[in-house]
Amino acid sequence: MTRPLVAVRSAVKLFGSYQALKDVSLDVHAGQVLCLVGASGSGKTTLLRCINQLVQLDSGGIWLDGELLGMRQHGGKLHRLSEAEIIRQRLKTGMVFQRFNLFPHKTALENVIEGPVQVQGRKPAEARTAAMELLHRVGLEEKAGSYPSQLSGGQQQRVAIARALSMRPKLMLFDEPTSALDPVLVGEVLAVMKELAREGMTMIVVTHELAFAREVADMVVYMDGGRIVEAGLPDQVLGAPQEARTRAFLSAVLG
Amino acid sequence: MSAFPGMAEGFPDLSGMPAARRAHWGRWLSALLILLVLLAIGRAFARGQIEWAYVARFLTVPVIVDGVVNTIVMSVLAMALGIVLGVLVAVMRLSPNPVLTAVAVGYTWLFRGTPLILQLLLWFNLALVFPTIGIPGLWSGKAVDIMTPLVAALLGLGINQGAYTSEVVRSGLLSVDAGQYEAAQAIGMGHMRALRRIILPQAMRVVLPPIGNEFISLVKATSLASVIQYPEVLHAAENIYYANSRVIELLIVAGLWYLLVVSILTPLQMLLERHFSRGAARVRR
Ligand SMILES: Nc1ncnc2c1ncn2[C@@H]1O[C@H](COP(=O)(O)OP(=O)(O)OP(=O)(O)O)[C@@H](O)[C@H]1O
Ligand SMILES: [Mg+2]
Repeated sequence: MTRPLVAVRSAVKLFGSYQALKDVSLDVHAGQVLCLVGASGSGKTTLLRCINQLVQLDSGGIWLDGELLGMRQHGGKLHRLSEAEIIRQRLKTGMVFQRFNLFPHKTALENVIEGPVQVQGRKPAEARTAAMELLHRVGLEEKAGSYPSQLSGGQQQRVAIARALSMRPKLMLFDEPTSALDPVLVGEVLAVMKELAREGMTMIVVTHELAFAREVADMVVYMDGGRIVEAGLPDQVLGAPQEARTRAFLSAVLG
Repeated sequence: MSAFPGMAEGFPDLSGMPAARRAHWGRWLSALLILLVLLAIGRAFARGQIEWAYVARFLTVPVIVDGVVNTIVMSVLAMALGIVLGVLVAVMRLSPNPVLTAVAVGYTWLFRGTPLILQLLLWFNLALVFPTIGIPGLWSGKAVDIMTPLVAALLGLGINQGAYTSEVVRSGLLSVDAGQYEAAQAIGMGHMRALRRIILPQAMRVVLPPIGNEFISLVKATSLASVIQYPEVLHAAENIYYANSRVIELLIVAGLWYLLVVSILTPLQMLLERHFSRGAARVRR
Protein backbone atom coordinates (compact mmCIF):
# COMPACT_ATOMS: atom_id res chain seq x y z
CA MET A 1 0.00 0.00 0.00
CA THR A 2 1.22 3.51 -0.80
CA ARG A 3 2.20 5.99 1.86
CA PRO A 4 -0.67 8.33 2.74
CA LEU A 5 -0.17 12.06 2.18
CA VAL A 6 -1.61 12.75 5.63
CA ALA A 7 -1.35 10.33 8.54
CA VAL A 8 -2.81 11.28 11.91
CA ARG A 9 -1.88 8.92 14.73
CA SER A 10 -3.38 8.97 18.25
CA ALA A 11 -3.78 12.73 18.15
CA VAL A 12 -4.68 14.33 21.49
CA LYS A 13 -5.37 18.03 21.96
CA LEU A 14 -6.13 19.59 25.34
CA PHE A 15 -7.53 23.01 26.09
CA GLY A 16 -6.74 23.27 29.79
CA SER A 17 -8.18 20.05 31.15
CA TYR A 18 -10.71 19.74 28.33
CA GLN A 19 -9.93 17.08 25.72
CA ALA A 20 -10.90 18.51 22.34
CA LEU A 21 -9.26 15.57 20.52
CA LYS A 22 -9.06 12.14 22.14
CA ASP A 23 -6.93 9.63 20.28
CA VAL A 24 -7.81 10.50 16.68
CA SER A 25 -6.16 8.50 13.89
CA LEU A 26 -6.82 8.68 10.15
CA ASP A 27 -5.17 8.54 6.72
CA VAL A 28 -5.72 10.63 3.61
CA HIS A 29 -4.09 9.48 0.39
CA ALA A 30 -2.94 11.79 -2.37
CA GLY A 31 -5.84 12.83 -4.57
CA GLN A 32 -8.47 11.81 -2.01
CA VAL A 33 -11.20 13.97 -0.54
CA LEU A 34 -12.05 13.32 3.10
CA CYS A 35 -15.18 14.88 4.52
CA LEU A 36 -15.41 15.47 8.26
CA VAL A 37 -18.88 15.68 9.74
CA GLY A 38 -20.01 15.91 13.35
CA ALA A 39 -21.91 17.94 15.87
CA SER A 40 -20.79 21.35 17.09
CA GLY A 41 -17.85 21.06 19.47
CA SER A 42 -16.86 17.59 18.30
CA GLY A 43 -13.33 18.72 17.43
CA LYS A 44 -13.46 19.07 13.64
CA THR A 45 -11.97 22.57 13.55
CA THR A 46 -9.39 21.59 16.14
CA LEU A 47 -8.24 18.67 13.97
CA LEU A 48 -7.80 20.96 10.93
CA ARG A 49 -5.96 23.53 13.02
CA CYS A 50 -3.60 20.84 14.29
CA ILE A 51 -2.88 19.69 10.73
CA ASN A 52 -2.14 23.31 9.77
CA GLN A 53 -0.13 23.81 13.00
CA LEU A 54 -2.18 26.77 14.12
CA VAL A 55 -2.29 24.83 17.39
CA GLN A 56 0.08 22.16 18.67
CA LEU A 57 -0.84 18.58 19.49
CA ASP A 58 -0.38 17.51 23.12
CA SER A 59 0.22 13.88 22.26
CA GLY A 60 0.40 11.69 19.17
CA GLY A 61 1.63 12.83 15.79
CA ILE A 62 0.67 14.03 12.35
CA TRP A 63 2.76 13.16 9.29
CA LEU A 64 2.41 15.14 6.09
CA ASP A 65 4.16 13.89 2.99
CA GLY A 66 6.17 11.53 5.22
CA GLU A 67 7.39 14.30 7.52
CA LEU A 68 6.42 14.58 11.19
CA LEU A 69 4.78 17.96 11.76
CA GLY A 70 6.07 20.47 14.28
CA MET A 71 8.53 18.15 15.99
CA ARG A 72 11.75 16.21 15.49
CA GLN A 73 12.65 12.95 17.18
CA HIS A 74 16.12 13.11 18.66
CA GLY A 75 17.70 11.08 21.47
CA GLY A 76 14.41 9.49 22.45
CA LYS A 77 12.77 12.89 22.88
CA LEU A 78 10.59 15.19 20.79
CA HIS A 79 12.03 18.63 20.04
CA ARG A 80 9.86 21.46 18.78
CA LEU A 81 10.85 22.76 15.35
CA SER A 82 11.84 26.38 14.75
CA GLU A 83 9.32 28.88 13.39
CA ALA A 84 11.03 28.81 9.99
CA GLU A 85 10.73 25.01 9.76
CA ILE A 86 7.09 25.10 10.85
CA ILE A 87 6.39 27.69 8.16
CA ARG A 88 8.09 25.49 5.56
CA GLN A 89 5.82 22.60 6.58
CA ARG A 90 2.74 24.79 6.76
CA LEU A 91 3.27 25.93 3.17
CA LYS A 92 2.35 22.40 2.05
CA THR A 93 -1.21 23.03 3.21
CA GLY A 94 -3.74 25.67 2.27
CA MET A 95 -6.53 26.62 4.65
CA VAL A 96 -9.98 28.02 3.90
CA PHE A 97 -11.86 29.43 6.86
CA GLN A 98 -15.54 29.50 7.72
CA ARG A 99 -15.52 33.30 7.91
CA PHE A 100 -13.24 33.77 4.86
CA ASN A 101 -10.69 35.93 6.75
CA LEU A 102 -9.69 37.85 3.65
CA PHE A 103 -7.40 40.80 4.33
CA PRO A 104 -9.86 43.72 4.21
CA HIS A 105 -7.23 46.34 3.39
CA LYS A 106 -6.15 44.53 0.25
CA THR A 107 -7.96 43.95 -3.04
CA ALA A 108 -8.87 40.45 -4.22
CA LEU A 109 -5.73 40.37 -6.37
CA GLU A 110 -3.53 41.70 -3.55
CA ASN A 111 -4.93 39.04 -1.23
CA VAL A 112 -3.91 36.34 -3.68
CA ILE A 113 -0.39 37.65 -4.42
CA GLU A 114 0.46 38.52 -0.80
CA GLY A 115 1.77 35.03 0.07
CA PRO A 116 3.67 34.29 -3.13
CA VAL A 117 5.42 37.69 -3.11
CA GLN A 118 5.98 38.26 0.62
CA VAL A 119 6.56 34.71 1.82
CA GLN A 120 7.82 32.79 -1.19
CA GLY A 121 9.68 35.76 -2.67
CA ARG A 122 8.28 35.32 -6.17
CA LYS A 123 8.53 38.20 -8.65
CA PRO A 124 5.46 40.48 -8.44
CA ALA A 125 4.77 40.37 -12.19
CA GLU A 126 4.96 36.60 -12.26
CA ALA A 127 2.82 36.27 -9.11
CA ARG A 128 0.28 38.61 -10.66
CA THR A 129 -0.09 36.46 -13.74
CA ALA A 130 -0.46 33.34 -11.62
CA ALA A 131 -2.98 35.11 -9.36
CA MET A 132 -5.10 36.25 -12.30
CA GLU A 133 -5.14 32.65 -13.51
CA LEU A 134 -6.36 31.51 -10.10
CA LEU A 135 -9.01 34.22 -9.98
CA HIS A 136 -10.10 33.07 -13.43
CA ARG A 137 -10.35 29.52 -12.11
CA VAL A 138 -12.72 30.61 -9.33
CA GLY A 139 -14.63 32.81 -11.81
CA LEU A 140 -13.62 36.19 -10.37
CA GLU A 141 -11.18 37.61 -12.88
CA GLU A 142 -13.26 40.78 -13.25
CA LYS A 143 -13.31 41.33 -9.46
CA ALA A 144 -9.51 41.43 -9.14
CA GLY A 145 -9.53 45.10 -8.11
CA SER A 146 -12.40 44.86 -5.62
CA TYR A 147 -11.93 45.02 -1.88
CA PRO A 148 -13.49 42.22 0.21
CA SER A 149 -16.16 44.62 1.51
CA GLN A 150 -17.31 45.05 -2.08
CA LEU A 151 -17.75 41.30 -2.66
CA SER A 152 -20.58 38.95 -1.75
CA GLY A 153 -19.90 36.18 0.77
CA GLY A 154 -19.65 33.56 -1.97
CA GLN A 155 -17.22 35.73 -3.94
CA GLN A 156 -15.12 36.36 -0.83
CA GLN A 157 -14.89 32.65 -0.13
CA ARG A 158 -13.83 31.96 -3.72
CA VAL A 159 -11.09 34.60 -3.40
CA ALA A 160 -10.05 32.89 -0.16
CA ILE A 161 -9.78 29.58 -2.03
CA ALA A 162 -7.65 31.29 -4.70
CA ARG A 163 -5.46 32.78 -1.95
CA ALA A 164 -4.92 29.35 -0.38
CA LEU A 165 -4.14 27.81 -3.79
CA SER A 166 -1.63 30.58 -4.57
CA MET A 167 0.91 28.89 -2.30
CA ARG A 168 0.65 25.70 -4.43
CA PRO A 169 -0.22 23.44 -1.50
CA LYS A 170 -0.32 19.65 -1.64
CA LEU A 171 -3.27 19.54 0.72
CA MET A 172 -6.27 21.84 1.07
CA LEU A 173 -8.13 22.18 4.36
CA PHE A 174 -11.67 23.57 4.32
CA ASP A 175 -13.42 24.47 7.59
CA GLU A 176 -17.15 24.72 6.91
CA PRO A 177 -16.48 26.88 3.85
CA THR A 178 -20.16 27.40 3.05
CA SER A 179 -21.83 27.59 6.45
CA ALA A 180 -21.55 31.41 6.68
CA LEU A 181 -23.18 31.81 3.26
CA ASP A 182 -26.71 32.44 2.03
CA PRO A 183 -28.17 29.25 0.55
CA VAL A 184 -28.09 30.73 -2.96
CA LEU A 185 -24.32 31.39 -2.66
CA VAL A 186 -23.38 27.92 -1.40
CA GLY A 187 -23.54 26.38 -4.87
CA GLU A 188 -20.88 28.60 -6.44
CA VAL A 189 -18.35 27.76 -3.72
CA LEU A 190 -19.11 24.03 -3.81
CA ALA A 191 -18.71 24.09 -7.61
CA VAL A 192 -15.18 25.48 -7.25
CA MET A 193 -14.37 22.79 -4.68
CA LYS A 194 -15.76 20.01 -6.89
CA GLU A 195 -13.60 21.25 -9.75
CA LEU A 196 -10.56 21.20 -7.47
CA ALA A 197 -11.35 17.64 -6.40
CA ARG A 198 -11.76 16.61 -10.02
CA GLU A 199 -8.31 18.02 -10.80
CA GLY A 200 -6.88 15.69 -8.17
CA MET A 201 -6.30 18.04 -5.22
CA THR A 202 -6.11 16.27 -1.86
CA MET A 203 -8.66 17.83 0.44
CA ILE A 204 -10.00 17.56 3.98
CA VAL A 205 -13.38 19.24 4.17
CA VAL A 206 -15.42 19.94 7.30
CA THR A 207 -18.96 20.34 6.04
CA HIS A 208 -22.63 19.85 6.72
CA GLU A 209 -23.35 19.70 2.98
CA LEU A 210 -24.11 15.98 2.92
CA ALA A 211 -25.03 15.95 -0.79
CA PHE A 212 -21.58 17.39 -1.54
CA ALA A 213 -19.95 14.79 0.70
CA ARG A 214 -21.79 11.95 -1.02
CA GLU A 215 -20.83 13.18 -4.45
CA VAL A 216 -17.22 14.20 -3.91
CA ALA A 217 -15.83 12.43 -0.84
CA ASP A 218 -13.71 9.30 -1.04
CA MET A 219 -14.02 8.90 2.73
CA VAL A 220 -16.40 10.30 5.31
CA VAL A 221 -15.50 10.57 8.99
CA TYR A 222 -18.09 11.19 11.65
CA MET A 223 -16.72 12.76 14.87
CA ASP A 224 -18.31 13.16 18.25
CA GLY A 225 -16.80 14.32 21.53
CA GLY A 226 -13.27 14.51 20.15
CA ARG A 227 -13.30 10.96 18.76
CA ILE A 228 -13.89 9.34 15.41
CA VAL A 229 -17.13 7.41 15.85
CA GLU A 230 -17.48 6.10 12.35
CA ALA A 231 -15.41 6.27 9.17
CA GLY A 232 -15.82 4.75 5.74
CA LEU A 233 -17.12 5.24 2.24
CA PRO A 234 -19.76 7.98 1.91
CA ASP A 235 -22.50 5.49 1.09
CA GLN A 236 -21.69 3.49 4.21
CA VAL A 237 -21.37 6.34 6.71
CA LEU A 238 -24.06 8.60 5.28
CA GLY A 239 -26.27 5.94 3.71
CA ALA A 240 -26.16 3.07 6.17
CA PRO A 241 -24.59 4.31 9.42
CA GLN A 242 -23.75 1.57 11.95
CA GLU A 243 -23.60 3.76 15.04
CA ALA A 244 -26.67 5.14 16.81
CA ARG A 245 -24.93 8.52 17.33
CA THR A 246 -24.22 8.86 13.60
CA ARG A 247 -27.83 8.07 12.78
CA ALA A 248 -29.10 10.64 15.30
CA PHE A 249 -26.76 13.29 13.87
CA LEU A 250 -27.72 12.57 10.28
CA SER A 251 -31.41 12.74 10.97
CA ALA A 252 -30.88 16.06 12.78
CA VAL A 253 -28.94 17.53 9.85
CA LEU A 254 -31.33 16.22 7.23
CA GLY A 255 -34.25 17.52 9.30
CA MET B 1 -49.01 48.01 -9.74
CA SER B 2 -49.89 44.60 -8.40
CA ALA B 3 -52.46 44.74 -5.64
CA PHE B 4 -52.01 43.15 -2.24
CA PRO B 5 -55.04 40.93 -1.73
CA GLY B 6 -57.63 42.00 0.83
CA MET B 7 -56.19 45.39 1.92
CA ALA B 8 -58.06 47.12 4.77
CA GLU B 9 -59.91 50.43 4.09
CA GLY B 10 -59.53 53.68 6.05
CA PHE B 11 -55.90 54.63 5.32
CA PRO B 12 -55.64 57.87 3.28
CA ASP B 13 -53.38 58.12 0.22
CA LEU B 14 -50.30 60.17 1.22
CA SER B 15 -48.44 59.94 -2.09
CA GLY B 16 -47.47 63.30 -3.50
CA MET B 17 -48.18 65.27 -0.31
CA PRO B 18 -45.29 67.73 0.39
CA ALA B 19 -43.29 67.54 3.63
CA ALA B 20 -43.57 70.66 5.82
CA ARG B 21 -40.37 72.41 6.94
CA ARG B 22 -39.75 72.05 10.63
CA ALA B 23 -39.16 75.26 12.56
CA HIS B 24 -36.17 74.60 14.81
CA TRP B 25 -37.02 77.19 17.48
CA GLY B 26 -34.67 75.63 20.02
CA ARG B 27 -31.72 75.86 17.65
CA TRP B 28 -32.34 79.53 16.81
CA LEU B 29 -32.73 80.45 20.43
CA SER B 30 -29.59 78.65 21.61
CA ALA B 31 -27.55 80.10 18.72
CA LEU B 32 -28.72 83.58 19.66
CA LEU B 33 -27.84 83.08 23.32
CA ILE B 34 -24.37 81.80 22.49
CA LEU B 35 -23.81 84.74 20.13
CA LEU B 36 -24.75 87.19 22.88
CA VAL B 37 -22.39 85.57 25.35
CA LEU B 38 -19.55 85.62 22.80
CA LEU B 39 -20.20 89.30 22.06
CA ALA B 40 -20.10 90.10 25.77
CA ILE B 41 -16.81 88.27 26.21
CA GLY B 42 -15.36 89.94 23.11
CA ARG B 43 -16.40 93.35 24.38
CA ALA B 44 -14.85 92.70 27.75
CA PHE B 45 -11.53 91.77 26.14
CA ALA B 46 -11.62 94.74 23.77
CA ARG B 47 -12.15 97.14 26.65
CA GLY B 48 -9.85 95.33 29.08
CA GLN B 49 -6.24 96.19 29.80
CA ILE B 50 -4.91 94.63 26.62
CA GLU B 51 -2.82 96.52 24.09
CA TRP B 52 -3.80 94.72 20.89
CA ALA B 53 -1.15 96.65 19.02
CA TYR B 54 1.49 94.78 21.04
CA VAL B 55 -0.11 91.48 20.17
CA ALA B 56 0.06 92.32 16.47
CA ARG B 57 3.63 93.57 16.75
CA PHE B 58 5.04 90.60 18.69
CA LEU B 59 3.19 87.98 16.67
CA THR B 60 5.96 87.88 14.05
CA VAL B 61 9.12 89.00 15.82
CA PRO B 62 12.05 86.64 15.09
CA VAL B 63 12.31 85.29 18.66
CA ILE B 64 8.66 84.22 18.63
CA VAL B 65 8.86 82.74 15.12
CA ASP B 66 11.99 80.81 16.10
CA GLY B 67 10.07 79.61 19.14
CA VAL B 68 7.23 78.39 16.92
CA VAL B 69 9.71 76.54 14.69
CA ASN B 70 11.29 74.96 17.77
CA THR B 71 7.87 73.94 19.05
CA ILE B 72 7.02 72.27 15.73
CA VAL B 73 10.42 70.58 15.46
CA MET B 74 10.16 69.24 19.01
CA SER B 75 6.56 68.07 18.50
CA VAL B 76 7.44 66.17 15.34
CA LEU B 77 10.61 64.60 16.75
CA ALA B 78 9.02 63.63 20.06
CA MET B 79 5.95 62.19 18.32
CA ALA B 80 8.16 60.20 15.96
CA LEU B 81 10.06 58.80 18.94
CA GLY B 82 6.75 58.22 20.74
CA ILE B 83 5.26 56.28 17.83
CA VAL B 84 8.35 54.12 17.34
CA LEU B 85 8.45 53.32 21.07
CA GLY B 86 4.67 52.94 21.24
CA VAL B 87 4.48 50.39 18.43
CA LEU B 88 7.47 48.52 19.82
CA VAL B 89 6.07 48.39 23.34
CA ALA B 90 2.56 47.45 22.19
CA VAL B 91 3.97 44.56 20.16
CA MET B 92 6.12 43.49 23.13
CA ARG B 93 3.12 43.68 25.42
CA LEU B 94 1.15 41.27 23.21
CA SER B 95 4.07 38.93 22.51
CA PRO B 96 3.99 35.39 23.89
CA ASN B 97 7.33 36.05 25.63
CA PRO B 98 6.62 36.89 29.31
CA VAL B 99 9.89 38.81 29.70
CA LEU B 100 8.98 41.19 26.89
CA THR B 101 5.46 41.58 28.28
CA ALA B 102 6.82 42.46 31.71
CA VAL B 103 9.24 45.04 30.28
CA ALA B 104 6.37 46.62 28.34
CA VAL B 105 4.08 46.76 31.36
CA GLY B 106 6.86 48.22 33.50
CA TYR B 107 7.68 50.92 30.96
CA THR B 108 4.08 52.06 30.65
CA TRP B 109 3.62 52.01 34.42
CA LEU B 110 6.73 54.09 35.10
CA PHE B 111 6.27 56.78 32.47
CA ARG B 112 2.53 57.19 32.82
CA GLY B 113 2.76 57.13 36.58
CA THR B 114 4.98 60.20 37.04
CA PRO B 115 4.38 63.81 35.96
CA LEU B 116 5.85 64.80 32.62
CA ILE B 117 7.42 67.94 34.07
CA LEU B 118 9.23 65.81 36.65
CA GLN B 119 10.55 63.53 33.91
CA LEU B 120 11.80 66.53 31.95
CA LEU B 121 13.62 67.87 35.00
CA LEU B 122 15.15 64.46 35.68
CA TRP B 123 16.51 64.09 32.15
CA PHE B 124 17.86 67.64 32.20
CA ASN B 125 19.58 67.07 35.54
CA LEU B 126 20.88 63.62 34.70
CA ALA B 127 24.41 64.94 35.12
CA LEU B 128 23.84 65.06 38.87
CA VAL B 129 23.42 61.27 38.88
CA PHE B 130 25.76 60.25 36.07
CA PRO B 131 28.52 62.80 35.49
CA THR B 132 29.68 60.87 32.42
CA ILE B 133 27.50 58.76 30.16
CA GLY B 134 28.32 56.54 27.22
CA ILE B 135 28.78 52.99 25.99
CA PRO B 136 31.64 51.28 27.91
CA GLY B 137 34.71 50.85 25.71
CA LEU B 138 33.16 52.57 22.72
CA TRP B 139 32.34 56.13 23.51
CA SER B 140 31.58 58.38 26.43
CA GLY B 141 31.06 62.03 27.20
CA LYS B 142 30.17 64.46 29.93
CA ALA B 143 26.48 64.40 30.75
CA VAL B 144 26.23 68.19 31.00
CA ASP B 145 27.41 68.50 27.41
CA ILE B 146 25.13 65.78 26.08
CA MET B 147 21.95 66.64 27.99
CA THR B 148 21.26 69.88 26.19
CA PRO B 149 17.74 71.29 26.55
CA LEU B 150 16.93 69.84 23.13
CA VAL B 151 18.09 66.31 23.97
CA ALA B 152 16.49 66.36 27.41
CA ALA B 153 13.19 67.66 26.02
CA LEU B 154 13.20 65.09 23.22
CA LEU B 155 13.88 62.20 25.59
CA GLY B 156 11.41 63.43 28.19
CA LEU B 157 8.56 64.14 25.78
CA GLY B 158 9.21 61.23 23.39
CA ILE B 159 9.59 58.53 26.02
CA ASN B 160 6.55 59.77 27.91
CA GLN B 161 4.60 59.91 24.66
CA GLY B 162 5.66 56.35 23.87
CA ALA B 163 3.99 55.11 27.05
CA TYR B 164 0.66 56.64 26.05
CA THR B 165 0.98 55.75 22.37
CA SER B 166 1.69 52.11 23.23
CA GLU B 167 -1.74 51.80 24.81
CA VAL B 168 -3.39 53.41 21.80
CA VAL B 169 -1.54 51.05 19.46
CA ARG B 170 -2.36 48.08 21.67
CA SER B 171 -6.08 48.87 21.49
CA GLY B 172 -5.71 49.02 17.71
CA LEU B 173 -3.98 45.64 17.61
CA LEU B 174 -6.68 44.13 19.80
CA SER B 175 -9.37 45.48 17.47
CA VAL B 176 -8.13 43.32 14.59
CA ASP B 177 -9.99 40.02 14.33
CA ALA B 178 -7.97 36.99 15.46
CA GLY B 179 -8.91 35.31 12.16
CA GLN B 180 -6.67 37.80 10.37
CA TYR B 181 -3.62 36.55 12.24
CA GLU B 182 -4.56 32.94 11.49
CA ALA B 183 -5.10 33.69 7.82
CA ALA B 184 -1.68 35.36 7.71
CA GLN B 185 -0.11 32.32 9.36
CA ALA B 186 -1.94 30.01 6.99
CA ILE B 187 -0.23 31.61 3.99
CA GLY B 188 3.12 31.10 5.70
CA MET B 189 3.76 34.38 7.48
CA GLY B 190 5.76 34.41 10.70
CA HIS B 191 4.73 36.41 13.75
CA MET B 192 6.59 39.61 12.83
CA ARG B 193 5.65 39.57 9.16
CA ALA B 194 1.98 39.01 10.01
CA LEU B 195 2.09 41.97 12.37
CA ARG B 196 3.81 44.22 9.86
CA ARG B 197 1.88 43.29 6.71
CA ILE B 198 -1.57 42.35 8.01
CA ILE B 199 -2.30 43.37 11.60
CA LEU B 200 -0.65 46.81 11.96
CA PRO B 201 -2.07 48.28 8.72
CA GLN B 202 -5.57 47.34 9.89
CA ALA B 203 -4.90 48.61 13.40
CA MET B 204 -3.83 51.97 11.95
CA ARG B 205 -7.40 52.74 10.97
CA VAL B 206 -8.51 52.49 14.60
CA VAL B 207 -5.35 54.05 16.00
CA LEU B 208 -5.19 57.23 13.92
CA PRO B 209 -7.96 59.32 15.53
CA PRO B 210 -6.59 58.89 19.08
CA ILE B 211 -3.02 59.38 17.79
CA GLY B 212 -4.16 62.69 16.33
CA ASN B 213 -5.48 63.53 19.75
CA GLU B 214 -2.16 62.57 21.32
CA PHE B 215 -0.23 64.68 18.83
CA ILE B 216 -2.32 67.75 19.63
CA SER B 217 -1.72 67.18 23.34
CA LEU B 218 1.98 66.83 22.65
CA VAL B 219 2.18 70.13 20.71
CA LYS B 220 0.90 71.85 23.82
CA ALA B 221 2.96 69.71 26.19
CA THR B 222 6.14 70.98 24.51
CA SER B 223 5.45 74.19 26.47
CA LEU B 224 6.52 72.29 29.59
CA ALA B 225 10.03 72.09 28.11
CA SER B 226 10.33 75.81 28.85
CA VAL B 227 11.23 74.78 32.42
CA ILE B 228 14.42 73.19 31.12
CA GLN B 229 15.28 76.17 28.92
CA TYR B 230 14.21 74.66 25.61
CA PRO B 231 13.50 77.77 23.48
CA GLU B 232 9.97 76.88 22.33
CA VAL B 233 7.32 79.51 21.74
CA LEU B 234 6.06 79.88 25.32
CA HIS B 235 9.64 80.18 26.58
CA ALA B 236 10.25 82.91 23.97
CA ALA B 237 7.09 84.74 25.03
CA GLU B 238 8.11 84.54 28.69
CA ASN B 239 11.56 85.92 27.93
CA ILE B 240 9.99 88.90 26.20
CA TYR B 241 7.47 89.70 28.93
CA TYR B 242 10.13 89.43 31.64
CA ALA B 243 11.72 92.38 29.81
CA ASN B 244 8.70 94.46 28.84
CA SER B 245 6.00 93.28 31.30
CA ARG B 246 3.40 92.81 28.52
CA VAL B 247 2.37 89.50 30.06
CA ILE B 248 -1.15 89.05 28.70
CA GLU B 249 -0.27 90.30 25.23
CA LEU B 250 2.58 87.82 24.86
CA LEU B 251 0.53 84.95 26.26
CA ILE B 252 -2.10 85.73 23.64
CA VAL B 253 0.60 85.72 20.96
CA ALA B 254 1.75 82.26 22.07
CA GLY B 255 -1.86 81.06 22.30
CA LEU B 256 -2.63 82.18 18.75
CA TRP B 257 0.38 80.30 17.44
CA TYR B 258 -0.62 77.10 19.25
CA LEU B 259 -4.11 77.40 17.76
CA LEU B 260 -2.67 77.85 14.28
CA VAL B 261 -0.32 74.86 14.55
CA VAL B 262 -3.07 72.61 15.90
CA SER B 263 -5.49 73.76 13.18
CA ILE B 264 -3.05 72.68 10.47
CA LEU B 265 -2.83 69.18 11.96
CA THR B 266 -6.49 68.29 11.52
CA PRO B 267 -6.57 68.17 7.70
CA LEU B 268 -3.27 66.25 7.72
CA GLN B 269 -4.87 63.65 9.97
CA MET B 270 -7.84 63.36 7.61
CA LEU B 271 -5.50 62.61 4.70
CA LEU B 272 -3.78 59.85 6.67
CA GLU B 273 -7.11 58.40 7.78
CA ARG B 274 -8.28 58.22 4.19
CA HIS B 275 -5.12 56.33 3.24
CA PHE B 276 -5.56 53.70 5.96
CA SER B 277 -9.29 53.22 5.44
CA ARG B 278 -8.70 51.48 2.09
CA GLY B 279 -11.19 48.69 1.66
CA ALA B 280 -13.12 49.51 4.81
CA ALA B 281 -16.88 49.61 4.50
CA ARG B 282 -17.76 53.04 5.83
CA VAL B 283 -20.25 53.53 8.60
CA ARG B 284 -20.73 57.19 7.77
CA ARG B 285 -18.96 59.80 5.70
N1 LIG C 1 -8.86 27.96 21.84
C1 LIG C 1 -9.69 27.18 22.58
N2 LIG C 1 -9.68 27.28 23.94
C2 LIG C 1 -10.48 26.50 24.69
N3 LIG C 1 -11.34 25.61 24.20
C3 LIG C 1 -11.40 25.44 22.87
C4 LIG C 1 -10.58 26.23 22.00
N4 LIG C 1 -10.85 25.88 20.73
C5 LIG C 1 -11.80 24.93 20.80
N5 LIG C 1 -12.13 24.66 22.08
C6 LIG C 1 -13.09 23.65 22.53
O1 LIG C 1 -12.80 22.43 21.91
C7 LIG C 1 -13.97 21.77 21.49
C8 LIG C 1 -13.89 21.44 20.03
O2 LIG C 1 -13.93 22.65 19.31
P1 LIG C 1 -13.94 22.68 17.72
O3 LIG C 1 -13.91 24.12 17.34
O4 LIG C 1 -12.87 21.82 17.21
O5 LIG C 1 -15.36 22.06 17.39
P2 LIG C 1 -16.05 21.88 15.97
O6 LIG C 1 -16.29 20.44 15.78
O7 LIG C 1 -15.28 22.57 14.93
O8 LIG C 1 -17.44 22.60 16.20
P3 LIG C 1 -18.30 23.55 15.21
O9 LIG C 1 -19.09 22.63 14.34
O10 LIG C 1 -19.18 24.31 16.15
O11 LIG C 1 -17.34 24.41 14.48
C9 LIG C 1 -15.13 22.69 21.85
O12 LIG C 1 -15.73 22.20 23.02
C10 LIG C 1 -14.49 24.02 22.10
O13 LIG C 1 -15.17 24.71 23.12
MG1 LIG D 1 -15.63 24.30 13.76
